[in-house]
Amino acid sequence: MSPISRRDFLVAGAVAGTGLVLAFYVPHHGLHPVGEQVFAPNAYLHIAPDGKVTIVVARSEMGQGVRTSLPMILAEELDADWSQIAIQQAGASTLFGDQTTGGSASVRTTWDPMRQAGAAAREMLVAAAAQQWNVSAAECTTAKGFVVHAASNRRSSYGDLVERAANLPVPKEPKLKAASAYTLVGKSTPRIDTPSKTNGSAEFGIDFRMPGMKYAFLARCPVIGGKVASFDDAEARRVPGVTHVAKVGDSAVAVAADSVFAALQGRKVLKVTWDDGANKDLNTAAIFDVLRKAANDKGVPLQSAGDVSSAKGRRVEAAYETPMLAHAPMEPGNCFAHYLGTSCEVWAPTQVPQDVRDFVATAVGLKPENVHVNVTLLGGGFGRRLEHDYAVEAALVSKAINAPVKVMWTREDDMRFSTYRPPSVHHLSAVLDAQGSPVAYSHRLISPTISGQKGQPGDGGIDPDLKDEAAFLYLVPSLSVEYVAPPCAVPLGWLRSVYAAQMAFANESFLDELAVAAGKDPLQYRLHLLAEDREITYFDTKWRTDRLRGVLQLVADKSGWGSAPAAGRHRGIAAFGCFGTYAAEVVEITMQDGDPHVERVVVAVDCGQVINPNILEQQLHSAVIFGLSAALRGQITVEHGQIQEANFDTYPILRMNEVPAIETHFVDSHEAPTGIGEPPVPPLAPALCNAIYAATKKRIRKLPILNG
Amino acid sequence: MSEITLQVNGSQRKIDVPADTPLLWVLRDTLELTGTKFGCGAGLCGACTVHLDGEAVRSCMTPVSAATGKAITTIEGLSVAGSHPLQQAWIAEDVPQCGYCQSGQIMQAAALLSKTPHPSEQEVIDAMTGNLCRCGTYHRIRRAIQRAASGGGGQ
Repeated sequence: MSPISRRDFLVAGAVAGTGLVLAFYVPHHGLHPVGEQVFAPNAYLHIAPDGKVTIVVARSEMGQGVRTSLPMILAEELDADWSQIAIQQAGASTLFGDQTTGGSASVRTTWDPMRQAGAAAREMLVAAAAQQWNVSAAECTTAKGFVVHAASNRRSSYGDLVERAANLPVPKEPKLKAASAYTLVGKSTPRIDTPSKTNGSAEFGIDFRMPGMKYAFLARCPVIGGKVASFDDAEARRVPGVTHVAKVGDSAVAVAADSVFAALQGRKVLKVTWDDGANKDLNTAAIFDVLRKAANDKGVPLQSAGDVSSAKGRRVEAAYETPMLAHAPMEPGNCFAHYLGTSCEVWAPTQVPQDVRDFVATAVGLKPENVHVNVTLLGGGFGRRLEHDYAVEAALVSKAINAPVKVMWTREDDMRFSTYRPPSVHHLSAVLDAQGSPVAYSHRLISPTISGQKGQPGDGGIDPDLKDEAAFLYLVPSLSVEYVAPPCAVPLGWLRSVYAAQMAFANESFLDELAVAAGKDPLQYRLHLLAEDREITYFDTKWRTDRLRGVLQLVADKSGWGSAPAAGRHRGIAAFGCFGTYAAEVVEITMQDGDPHVERVVVAVDCGQVINPNILEQQLHSAVIFGLSAALRGQITVEHGQIQEANFDTYPILRMNEVPAIETHFVDSHEAPTGIGEPPVPPLAPALCNAIYAATKKRIRKLPILNG
Repeated sequence: MSEITLQVNGSQRKIDVPADTPLLWVLRDTLELTGTKFGCGAGLCGACTVHLDGEAVRSCMTPVSAATGKAITTIEGLSVAGSHPLQQAWIAEDVPQCGYCQSGQIMQAAALLSKTPHPSEQEVIDAMTGNLCRCGTYHRIRRAIQRAASGGGGQ
């Protein structure tokens, strides 16, 4: 697969200025011989005379399937022959808007541009054929890479029309297909990247290499925020193969070598004296004390209705807590950088190529347009690769040692020098009427802010992520959702579903408590609060009670909620909406030696139009297992200012022997597509804890469930 | 440094590395066989699984000196052009998500099937529990192994 770096597009942009339609493609990486006429009506697409259709993917492939699902959207409108599709990965560019791969946004933000790109090209190819045959375009149809004129029994392949089409104007508002006409979108389609991931040929960031490249590991202060006081590199330099030892910024020392093993050995014997700084006594208990003490501080309102303070009735209150978490993608941190004085080449497994470009530029003193960021495959992201830290480090090391370098992280580095899901405390309170229904409902989220810590607190002090992840979708007469953001010294980051998992754990556990207090079935209790069809506007999203009700009903039907579970089995239910998508889950457990054993998880989602049910099923499995790892054992702790977990023994993730049966269902919908990578994560923990309550009458209000 | 001769994927390869270098780094960096992945460096995840004389081993914990005189097989040498029944089954079931752990998963499964051609569900789980997948592809892995075991391959 050939990457398209930003440089290619800049060159191509100059070509576009000459007025040729051959706008955005320069055959820099050899997919087509130089000089060959290629039809490229927009940045997402080019078609060669041999009929090969190349679709550019401007998001990062980290397992979620964008290298298949995004091209499917374009190919559908183009009526391309799917078997003829090739894809190219875009690097950091100015042609695609924000290329961040996060917020379950890839499909929802490229749905319109990819459809328009395909439809515009199709119209041009039809126009070219109509012109050639001297017939009306309206009489022509398209299918599988051909334009057909049935009346005269003529057909022409897209490849044969490339030259003529390239001279036609690009339609501004091409006609899009009705969903009923889809032949590809909505159909289970094998992933394009699968064969390469079964024979070792798929190239991840860690696999990139260049002749003469050095390998480097960094020694970093084990205490959060600590700095290098001094270092002695004499012994490290004696390790055969070690070529450089260099301080990187204030807080790290790099050991570079001709081989990975030499760099590792060199780092092992490097002597660094650290200035531990202000956090040397920090520990988990103190971090949570800060949150608990801030519980009654003035909050920022997120959502409100009526007046919760004047509600009369039976009051129920509870507090919930969630721990910090690490992403732990299977591919540890790494990045290649080659600082060349006036430019810098970067090969990064990144979710944020444009951030990498801009922050590397600042760090090494270059203009952003002189930093060329290529995006490799990502061996998992989960939000860790929304950070640019490892790329900036790699560029600084390359500049310091004046050589191309791949900076690598061990698993321990990856876990101990990550960014972490913020810890959270939740205070919930409800006032119930005589029937047990809430007339008032309050949720105070007390959690440090990720964006705030990164210097971007958001309008009105509202962390922008909360706008996607904290909506309360049940109808209550009086509602107050508030947010208090105390400071935290631990570096914070976005972890799959961000704040939604914490919000869902608190809300959906508490609703279960209310149902118990009311003596009602937890499903019926929720459905009652959603009985009225209403639209709830929460920041930029219009949520609908009927769609949340729909996934609850679907998961209930599919799980057999209405009938008693098998002997020894217990069920819990939960639902949540985030990133525009509605998800509901039923978790079925047995209790074994006092611990829950998850036997079965049933998932139902409504994410609008499904692009590829095959990939959707993968994402649902993935989210359930990710959520289960976190709920059962996931926690990052701090002692003496140091992250305590370091590898998969102390930060266990689910193994095959613990995986439950998983059944997945989606609502058949032609609503605009919404996110799917994250929304199925949040309901898992509360559904599981509600099942544990059903089994034991013990309410889990603090995660993880299995502590130790 | 010492000169070592390895037999990798059927070829003799001469290398010059310290004898305590983990086989993983020799494969990846000296021999440029990057299909074998680094995951944990501690034998906890299985991403680096290769075969030594047909046995699945964690190459991150295997010094290269322990691999001399043995037939080393990596994902690149498991079959000609990805034709191993497990690779075909992996494609048929569309197993990988991010794909990073899958070389190790396939090598682990291949060692299982070579000894136990028709494993029970429990035997599959027992053999594969040392291999982590953060994307959660476990169900499709199980299906692919059973497909390959039943001769389904890419059918």
